[in-house]
This record gives sequence, C-alpha cells and structure tokens, in this order.
Amino acid sequence: MISLAGRDILHSWSKFVFTGIGLGLLIGATLTMAGVYRGMVDDAKVLLNNSGADLWVVQQDTLGPYAESSSIHDDVYRSLLTLPGVARAANVTYLTMQVRRGQQDVRAMVVGFEAGQPGEPEYLVAGRQLTRSHYEAVADVKTGFRLGDRIRIRRHDYTVVGLTRRMVSSGGDPMVFIPLKDAQEAQFLKDNDAILNERARTAANPTLNRPGVPGLLDAIQASQTANRNVNAVLVQLAPGAAAEQVASAVKRWKHLQAYSRSEMEEILVAKLIATSARQIGMFLVILAVVSAAIVAFIIYTMTLGKIREIAVLKLIGTRNRTIAGMILQQAMGLGVIGFIVGKTVATLWAPYFPKYVLLEPGDALRGFLAVMLICTLASTLAIRAALRVDPATAIGG
Amino acid sequence: MDGFGIRIEGLRKRYGEGDTAITALKDVNMTVAPGEVVGLIGPSGSGKSTLLKCLGAVIEPTAGRMTLGQEIIYDNGWRLPDLRALRRDRIGFVFQAPYLIPFLDVTDNVALLPMLAGRPNGEARKRAGELLEALDVGHRAKAQPSQLSGGEQQRVAIARALANQPPVILADEPTAPLDSERALGVVRILNDMARQFRTAIIVVTHDEKIIPTFKRIYHIRDGQTFEEPGKAREAPI
Repeated sequence: MISLAGRDILHSWSKFVFTGIGLGLLIGATLTMAGVYRGMVDDAKVLLNNSGADLWVVQQDTLGPYAESSSIHDDVYRSLLTLPGVARAANVTYLTMQVRRGQQDVRAMVVGFEAGQPGEPEYLVAGRQLTRSHYEAVADVKTGFRLGDRIRIRRHDYTVVGLTRRMVSSGGDPMVFIPLKDAQEAQFLKDNDAILNERARTAANPTLNRPGVPGLLDAIQASQTANRNVNAVLVQLAPGAAAEQVASAVKRWKHLQAYSRSEMEEILVAKLIATSARQIGMFLVILAVVSAAIVAFIIYTMTLGKIREIAVLKLIGTRNRTIAGMILQQAMGLGVIGFIVGKTVATLWAPYFPKYVLLEPGDALRGFLAVMLICTLASTLAIRAALRVDPATAIGG
Repeated sequence: MDGFGIRIEGLRKRYGEGDTAITALKDVNMTVAPGEVVGLIGPSGSGKSTLLKCLGAVIEPTAGRMTLGQEIIYDNGWRLPDLRALRRDRIGFVFQAPYLIPFLDVTDNVALLPMLAGRPNGEARKRAGELLEALDVGHRAKAQPSQLSGGEQQRVAIARALANQPPVILADEPTAPLDSERALGVVRILNDMARQFRTAIIVVTHDEKIIPTFKRIYHIRDGQTFEEPGKAREAPI
C-alpha cells in the first residue's frame, strides 16, 4: 500500500516546508525557554561547585548569602576552625552591582575572597590568580573585560589580571573577584559625605560625646567607619566529617545558620529561581497551546481542501482508518519538520543569549514526544471532519 | 457471471418519516446484462442520484431487492456485512468530474483500488498499466492528474473504475464537462470496456449528444423507471 500522506506531502511540499519552518521557529522558542530554565539551574550548581565549600555559614534565620542578604562578623571563621570536622574556613562577600568599564556599565557580582582559600575561582582561562592584597581582579569572560583592563568599583580602579569562565551568579550575572578587604570596603563603606555627616551627628550627641570621657567619641567614630562584616563563611570539611553534624554544631554553639551543599542547592533551585521556573513553565504551556492551534488549523484547512477527494476515497472503499492515518501522518510529518527546524535554530541561537541556555538531550527528546503528542491531538479535529464526510457527496448533486 | 450484471426489483427509497416523508424512489426495476451499457435519463429531482447512491451502496433503500451477478446484495436490508468492500471490489464509479487524487500519479490513481483490496503494489501497478494502455493513456502513466487534459483525466477515471474488475460500473454524467467529440469518445470507451471486461455499465446522463448511443435507456420520472429501446440498437458506437 502506498503512503497517501507521504505522497500528499511530496505533492504540496512547499506548503509543508514553510508551515514546518513557522512551526519550527515556535518549537525553537519553546526549546530555548526550557534551555533558559536548565541554564538557570546549571548556573546555580556551577555557583555552588565553584565556591568549593561543603558548608555555607550565614547570619541566623536567613537564607543567605545568595537568596537573602546575610551579614556576619569577619572573625567568625576563626571560631569555626576550632570545631571538629572543619578543615578550612574563609570569609566571602557577594555584591551584585554595576561596575564601570570605560564609559560603560557592566552588571556583575563582585566577590570578595581571600587568596588560596575557599571562594577563590578554581581555574582560569587566561592570566593569573590574585597575588596582591589590593586593586587586582579576576573577571569572568562574560563581563567583556580583557587582561589589563581597568575596572571601576566604587571609588577604586582594579586591574584585570585573570579571566575565568562560567562563573556567574544564580541570576546569571558574571562574577568579578577582588580581594576580600577591597570587597568589604566596596560593600559596606559609606561615601565621604555620608561619613562626614555621620561624624557630625555623633559629635552632636551628648551621650556619645562626653567631655568627661576623652577618647570615647574617637572610638565610636572609628567603629562606625571600619567594617568587620562579611556575607558568609565558606567551610570545607575534613575527610570523613558529616556535614549535618558540623552544621548542627555551628547552629547550636555559634548562633549562626549553616547550610550543607544539598540544602543550598534546594534554596537556589526551589526558592531563588522558583518564580522564574513558574514563569517559564507558563510560557511553555502557552507556546505548546499556540503550536497545537497552528498544527490543528493547518491540518484542518488542508483536510477541508481535500473533502471531495476524501469523499471519493471513501466511496471507492478506503477504510476510515486509512484516511485517519493519512491525516495523522501528515500532522506528525509537520511535527517532525517543525522539531528538526526548532532544534536546529535553538542550537544556533542559544550561544547569543545573554544568559546561559542549556539544551539537554533529554529535554529535546521530551520536546519531540510532546510535539508528536500535540500534533496527534491537533489532528483529531481534522480526522473528525474527514470521517464525517459522506461518500455520497461524490455522487450527483 | 451469466444472466445479468445487476438486477433491481421494486426498489423504493423514502427520506424522513410521517407527514414530512419524501418518497424519492417508488418502484424501480432495472436489469443490466454483463457487457451492456444502458442509459439512465431523467429530469432534475426525478431520483437519478438517489438511485445511483442506492446502487452504489452509499445509502440504504427502504425496500426492494438488488442482485449483483448471482448474489442478492439487498433484500429489504443489506445482505452483506461490509458495504465498503462491496464498493471497493464489485462496483466501479465514474463521476461527472474525474476526481482523481491530485497527489497520486496516473498509475497510482488506478492502482490504488487493487492496493486497497490488498493486492501487492507490483501486481496492482501492472494491472493499472494494462488498463491505461487499453484506454490509450499508457503514455501518461507517470504524469500527475493536473498535467492531463479533461478527456485523458476521464479515461484515467474509467481505468480506476475498472481496476478491480467489478461486475458493475456506475457512471454519473461522465461526459458533462466534455465537448461532443470527447464525449462520444468516452462513450465508445465505456462500450469497449463493457464488452472487453463483461461489465454492466449504467450511465446517468443529461447529455443529448450521447443519448442516441445507448441500446437501451431507462427513463426515471417521479421515482419510477420506464424502459425504452435506444436508437443504437444493433450498432453501438
């Protein structure tokens, strides 16, 4: 038996190809949306991997440092190092801000870390790690900086000495790594006007500026301008140490919050990007419905254009299932063309997206099955119309 | 298959029920012998199309009897479980317009019926080739229907109707869109095919050009048939 659907597709191939391309662009957009979500999840995992930490110690009752702000004293790490099971602990700061590149602003997450400690970028694609205590930076290539470029952060310029790759925040902003002390200053230090204003206010306060207590005002003002806070302490555990036990000890004795790797992943994926995931999910549903509507409309109008031929086919003894199969195969053929086009364009345009788009083979397979299912459902309208055709309409008036 | 190709006795068809019922066929009697071509003539609304649909097993008569070859296919009810197979294997159709399947080439348009009947593709295409040669369109075997003239398309449609060697062909105004020369050509082909394949052919027509070519004519008026001899009694064209 010849393939009626195949012959019809070959006969009107241009209609199929152009419709398939249109559908393919829609499928490409759908696959890309799924890729954006996968990219967000992957960014979150890369962020955790690159931190090199087993535990994140943050301010009590917060989901910091990525999902909520967290502020703890920068000497906490010393006491953490005394806990059983803790091998290394280091301060880090995270601050998403606009940094200057020449006359342009670049959105970046500025990370303050201590050289050679957890939080340092694991590998570089060019240049070297930070070796000086101040005014050097390692930047992700996505920032657009090159070696030797100058980055303006707050009041200081930093020289890019190293470049890294795939170091982004959970929001997709590329990272810029600078020395911890500089980062603390950038994050917490006030501008000169604010400092002068604060000093004047403090000096005018009779409780803080007592003539009978010399040195009190100076001490208070020094404490106001100095910064001793960081956002988190990254902890690496000793071999064999249980993350839950160490985290429990941190909570119990240090009055801080400690998150294990799995808990932090849960915070990032299930909380931080949950709204974005739902947003993307809505887009996927809408795109799927639009795709189904397009396939249904095209197949339905193509079927209506063949009503007389279908009547003749039924009159000469063609089985209903042969006619239904012809329409179904055409719908699925359209889906196959659309999927091939969609997968191709999604692969081609994914690198040009500002945020990481991760196209997973599993998603492509699920997408293909979804397209086939949508095409099958979309063809039912046309199949119903075809099966309702009375073979008697081929005869007489 | 001796005796008759198709015999219709007391066939009736009524649409609807009660006061609104319309009787389209009151008492139709016809007999067409194998190898014979008869004309069925009547004004609009006389019941021609209804009769053709009953004969083509696409609508069910209300009463009567129809015999195909030696087999009673309808006797106040269908006697066959699969009317689709009946239409596919034992009744050929030629329509006013050729209604060829536009996405199949000429050979596959003809071969489709044997394929639907379960014959192997090669055998079906061989049969199609033979019929197309017999109808003098063998040289257009690979053409698409849209590349054929009106007369060629109608010959391909006749070849399709003959593809499963049915004992009966129902032709619904097969010459309507053709000029005189081509119309007479189609009738000549139908006569040739009827003789060659021993097929009983009923031609429904309004076409004055071809009416004189029938040996026997059935008039249908107000749902009843009346037989009269045709003008081409001894020498059909």
